[in-house]
Amino acid sequence: MARALINVPAKAKRGEIIEIKTLIQHEMETGFRVGTNGNMIPRNIITDFVCKYNGEEIFRAELHPAISANPFFTFSTIATESGTISFEWTGDNGFAAAESADITVE
Amino acid sequence: MRAAMKRVVGEATVREGKVKLDIPPLVENGNVVPVTVSVDSPMTATDYVKAIHLFNEKNPLSDVIGARLGPRAGRATLATRIRLADTQNVTAIAELSDGTFWTDSVQVIVTLAACVEGL
Repeated sequence: MARALINVPAKAKRGEIIEIKTLIQHEMETGFRVGTNGNMIPRNIITDFVCKYNGEEIFRAELHPAISANPFFTFSTIATESGTISFEWTGDNGFAAAESADITVE
Repeated sequence: MRAAMKRVVGEATVREGKVKLDIPPLVENGNVVPVTVSVDSPMTATDYVKAIHLFNEKNPLSDVIGARLGPRAGRATLATRIRLADTQNVTAIAELSDGTFWTDSVQVIVTLAACVEGL
């Protein structure tokens, strides 16, 4: 299981714009590099990232090999209600990771 | 890069403005280039940014990222870290809810390129 770091404020005021930061451990092998044996190293990247707020999708990204190793994203959302913000990463070779964070909205 | 852009934009015209691509003009390490794209939009239910796409000119693949957001984003901003293989132009395209496309390009000088180093 890849390590994922998530930064979501624990508390927010209703209607406030909150910033979400995510970082996941992944080498993001491009498929264009040559290994020590002279062969190409096969591509191994994360291809999709989805963020959901209480089950409703708020952000989705399609990744390509030009994203750096350990993909990092910063984006924002409006704090509407208390609940869970969940994150999902999927990629090559059946890679899948999920993480979630709770938020209290007052 | 044009072919990749065409896949996203289709036949629509792409205008300059509204989008701000924030990227350092001189990059020492092409493996990790911080990028921030922000779009000037009120982000209301009727007027919001649907998608932000990033393209490069000289990497083996032109696509960098395609992000979909909606009115719930509050602010049309996306920050990430990308790889650049060479000194080149990086272009951001934003798709708005009314179907228009806006763009911004920045030339980036890369001193240590990504993708070329051995293991």
